[in-house]
Amino acid sequence: MTNQTPVLECKDLCISYFTRAGEIPAVVDFNLRVMPGEAIGIVGESGCGKSTVALAIMQYMGNNGDIVGGDIKFNGRDMTTMSDDELRRLRGSKISMVYQEPMASLNPSMLIGEQLAEVLVYHEGASLSQSKASAAEMLEAVRLPEPDRIMTSYPHQISGGQQQRVVIAMALLSKPELLLLDEPTTALDVTIEAGIVDLIKDLAKQFGTSMIYISHNLGLILETCDRIAVMYSGEVVEEGTVGEVFDHMRHPYTRGLFASIPLPSADKHARPLMPIRGQLPLPHERPVGCNFGPRCDFFEASKCDQGPLSMHDIDREKLHRARCERLADIDWASYKPEGLGGSDTTSGKIVLEVEDMKKYYEIRDNSLAAVLSGDRIKWVKANEDISFVAREAETVAIVGESGCGKSTFAKVLMGLEQATAGEVRLLDTDLGQVPVQQRRPQTVSLLQMVFQNPFDTLNPSRTIGSQISRVIKKFGVETEPVKIQNRVFKLLDLVKLPRDFAYRRPRQLSGGQKQRVGIARAFAGNPSVVIADEPVSALDVSVQAAVTRLLMEIQREFKTTLLFISHDLSVVRYLSDRVVVMYLGYLLEQGTTDQVFAPPYHPYTEALLSAVPIADTSVEKREIVLSGELPSATNPPTGCPFQTRCHRKIGAICEDEIPPERELADGHKMRCHLDQDELDAMEPVIVMGDDQSAA
Amino acid sequence: MSDRDQSIGSAGGRMIGFARSFALLKESPIAIFGLSLILMWVILALLAPVLPLFDPNTPLEPLKKPLSEARDGATYWLGTDHKGRDVLSRVIFGARQVLVWATFATVVAYIFGIMMGVVAGYLGGWWDEVISFISNVLLSFPVMVLYIIIITNLGSTGFNIVLAVTFASAPGIMRIVRGLVLDLKTRDYIYAAQTRGESALYIMLVELLPNARGPLIVDACLRLGYTTITIAILGYLGLGLPPPDPDWGKMIAETQPLGSFAGHMAIVPALAISSLVLGFNLLADGLREISLRD
Amino acid sequence: MLVLIGRRLVSMALIMAVVSFILFLLFETDKLGVAGKVLGPYSSTEQREIWLENNGYNEPFLLRYFDWAGNALVGDFGGSIQLKVPVSEVLWSRLGNTAILAGVVFAVMIPLSLTLGVLAGLKEASLRDRSITVISVITTSVPEFASATLLTAIFVFWLGWLPGTSAMTGGFAWNEIILPAAVLVLYGFGYITRMTRASMAEVMTSQYIRTAILKGLPYRRIVLRHALRNALIAPFTVIVLQLNWLLSGVIVVEVFFSYKGFGKLLLDASLFGDIYMIEACTLIAVFVAVLSQLISDIGYTILNPRIRFD
Repeated sequence: MTNQTPVLECKDLCISYFTRAGEIPAVVDFNLRVMPGEAIGIVGESGCGKSTVALAIMQYMGNNGDIVGGDIKFNGRDMTTMSDDELRRLRGSKISMVYQEPMASLNPSMLIGEQLAEVLVYHEGASLSQSKASAAEMLEAVRLPEPDRIMTSYPHQISGGQQQRVVIAMALLSKPELLLLDEPTTALDVTIEAGIVDLIKDLAKQFGTSMIYISHNLGLILETCDRIAVMYSGEVVEEGTVGEVFDHMRHPYTRGLFASIPLPSADKHARPLMPIRGQLPLPHERPVGCNFGPRCDFFEASKCDQGPLSMHDIDREKLHRARCERLADIDWASYKPEGLGGSDTTSGKIVLEVEDMKKYYEIRDNSLAAVLSGDRIKWVKANEDISFVAREAETVAIVGESGCGKSTFAKVLMGLEQATAGEVRLLDTDLGQVPVQQRRPQTVSLLQMVFQNPFDTLNPSRTIGSQISRVIKKFGVETEPVKIQNRVFKLLDLVKLPRDFAYRRPRQLSGGQKQRVGIARAFAGNPSVVIADEPVSALDVSVQAAVTRLLMEIQREFKTTLLFISHDLSVVRYLSDRVVVMYLGYLLEQGTTDQVFAPPYHPYTEALLSAVPIADTSVEKREIVLSGELPSATNPPTGCPFQTRCHRKIGAICEDEIPPERELADGHKMRCHLDQDELDAMEPVIVMGDDQSAA
Repeated sequence: MSDRDQSIGSAGGRMIGFARSFALLKESPIAIFGLSLILMWVILALLAPVLPLFDPNTPLEPLKKPLSEARDGATYWLGTDHKGRDVLSRVIFGARQVLVWATFATVVAYIFGIMMGVVAGYLGGWWDEVISFISNVLLSFPVMVLYIIIITNLGSTGFNIVLAVTFASAPGIMRIVRGLVLDLKTRDYIYAAQTRGESALYIMLVELLPNARGPLIVDACLRLGYTTITIAILGYLGLGLPPPDPDWGKMIAETQPLGSFAGHMAIVPALAISSLVLGFNLLADGLREISLRD
Repeated sequence: MLVLIGRRLVSMALIMAVVSFILFLLFETDKLGVAGKVLGPYSSTEQREIWLENNGYNEPFLLRYFDWAGNALVGDFGGSIQLKVPVSEVLWSRLGNTAILAGVVFAVMIPLSLTLGVLAGLKEASLRDRSITVISVITTSVPEFASATLLTAIFVFWLGWLPGTSAMTGGFAWNEIILPAAVLVLYGFGYITRMTRASMAEVMTSQYIRTAILKGLPYRRIVLRHALRNALIAPFTVIVLQLNWLLSGVIVVEVFFSYKGFGKLLLDASLFGDIYMIEACTLIAVFVAVLSQLISDIGYTILNPRIRFD
């Protein structure tokens, strides 16, 4: 076993991009060895170079990227000396890749069958019909239903999860030796992601393929890979077997990364979130010496800034190495930085009350059938019978995947849409049917929003200061220019941005900084309720922690009610007091965080919890993989919306009747037909290895 | 989507502000070249009355070749035409008319086009249906047909030309603006403005319009070029502006039959027009390149 | 799909109706003016009124409109005031001439611009791309009558290879079509080339082409089968719409070369005030334009699987 040739070996690899601004080193001193059947994870945030490595392995770095040092050997052969023709024969047949965005990676004008078959036609000289037959078989192997229908479909006619399975099938068709996966599940919903991850693990075992799995998600790597390499700013900073690195992290960045991720297995007291201070250095502004130095609590002047660092062994047997000069000096046991714990805030009076709210959209069906039958109006039931309550200083999380209706719900609350039925009461004013233009400015100022996409959340043409002051003026918080300006500065202080940012334009700010401005803007009018719609999902992992923490601090200070919309259960567990789970327009479960994260669960909640990858080696998780796709809101299943995928489906009753809402314990409500005995018998999904409380 | 955009400068197609575009212009040699061509004509047109030129309308010596000597010792740099008028001064004076009317007409067309486009794009619904229908009707006229009908019926004055250009160009501008607005409308900062209770007018003027500047500036340059060509064509077809100032199109029309032995009379205005329009096109191209590189 | 075609046809009919009504409003409201045009400027008011009575002009306006529109639908456009013959006699033959010119232009321009555009877009920012782009920009800056002047100076006056006018007095002559067609091709190809180039460049930098490359497919297959299929959708729709441009551009060229085509007919009629001819020509021109929009829309729907299937 030990004398095999590695499938892939990168030695001292250096890759640079050549732009008008000069040479930008993207990857430096990269070493990797992949043996047959191994799965290696490369973890890092944006700009660390992980995707560049993948493309370099494929020898596809675009017009301005090039390998400037070291080499890459595939099965012993140096890839940089290969001719174009040799490379072409390797690609797609011996080395294949799976991409981040499945829809964009498939040709929209070609039938899926043709895109699949050409791999075999061109690599193995097979005939078209033979290739198509093999392709259909492979579609079955990736667990796609109705393979023949998919073969004759176009990519846009199938869902995102199905598209990714097609891409995987395409990559595995000619039984490659090495599979590169570049964030393959980032663009997918959590329960779909779980299915794909499960599939990849099985297939890799089945075909004996080596894998390089690139992700920013530590939990995912823990679940799928044998070894891990952590990259920061172009270099590998720590590597080793997965168990060893997770249990005995030594590099400050790895530890910092790990500490900034919330885990659904722990609560905010036991394990507070610790963001990494400072910012990622731009490639041409890297410090001399350790790239992580400026952000490291253990930086020591004469040791850490003396020129390029090299890797040091920590545990030879387990291949554990780290790039740090102070490995021997740092005592992790005594390092207790101040994190943001969660002190429980006492909730106050009811601030927001939603009762039996429905929101239906009308759409016109313009197909021939509908026009002829005269039955053109269809209803999309985006929100059905939503009832819940939010109190002062409380954080309520709204959890759900795409299409569950959470965005619609936010729009109704904000007045961008009107409820079709039911009531929405904000401090005793019924807002459900009142569009925002008709609301009194005081009412509008009480309910504000933080948006998902930091890159679009600010008007690109106006300065930060003018955008914040506009809000202040609009809501009449202050009227004198001097006072307004002061308030702008105070708000910038609040979100920990320098005051002179007031004069900058959005394009001069990073994503995290823009999101902070978004938060400042939302709080400018002293709102009682702030809706945060996935406020951190578009940000880098370490930045997420800082922004999450900021939200929590502000909320605590102002006793604002926070409605936190998210699909990320770890953050939800960390932040919220109460949780509401939505699926296809219905509220399937609601209760306090402890109630929802512990049994009895709604089957959907159970599956969601199981789907979240956890970066904790001591945790055992029950595996529940849902089959099928998220149904579309225009064509919902009969009866319970979840019945098409439910692993605890009872039978006909689930298909015929929508489960009524029932109260299990104080405030813990659920919509499910399961009877009490079955609910009581549920085991926890996540079990801690030590004797901490189960989640 | 991540902070990656900041670290390895990726092309984003961002919109640029008008003032900044001037500063950035030096990044594109094409834009500079185009701008110089335009400026050359603008300066010549502005300075025409004070330059040492022959009077453009006085008949002197007919059909003199370029670089030939005049009676009083001066040179006919570009020769004279069939009526004895100096070609060089006619070409320079002709620039005045073209530049003034082309600019004015384009500006008016833009005002209408932008108004219609923003309203149709942002308010949608009934507004959009009506405005789009009107635009479709206007756009279904081949451009020259539209011009010919308007000018022959209303007479060829500067005002009518502006009117005709507006009818012909505004629908196209409307479409572009509408497309831009439909795209911008979905951005989060527009939602943010809506959730503040901002009025539709505020959103259209303050949040939407300034962010649509980039492509519109490029289009404006191109359209200035088209309008210049159109005015010259009208002059060529006999529908152009009335005398006294010389008209490039008319110059070609009058002198075309004599081309076999005195080609310079038609070639010079032909080159003049081409260079001015080339200036606009190059500037537009350079600006587009810059905004993409941003 | 059928529903889409149906709706577009309805929209087309609506536009034609509105356009025809506007035309009629514009030209035939002033009844006495019309009579004056027909009978000449020296006719008296009395004579004009008699003529109006005899020709049904004292009927209600809407009735006159429907009458006229109905006739137009079957091809009866009345009599040309200027040429003293029924409009249809002259209209169709002239339209045919323009169609021939258009045919020649398209036959040369489309393959030329598509090829150049694809070649340019394949290697963005290469020398090849830059030269093609620069040439395209330059040629679209030279208006038709300017290039006509320059080409005539070279090929007619200096080299003497081609005739200077294209009146086709001796029947159809190929060498008389060359210059008018060349002028139109020269002006028109740049736009399509640049559109094709942009579309091609966008496609070549797309993720699905990256997938195709990393699948190890041969370059030829990637370009011909993967890229072109997507890249040519936009240019196709633009090309069809060029018909609209052609009808405009053709006017200048026909005047310059004295080619007996549709454009010159319209211009002469407009300058003269030949109302029935103007109405007829405009209707036809608008019809062609609207038809080309329809074909372009339908074509786009058919070519783009994302829209065609659901």
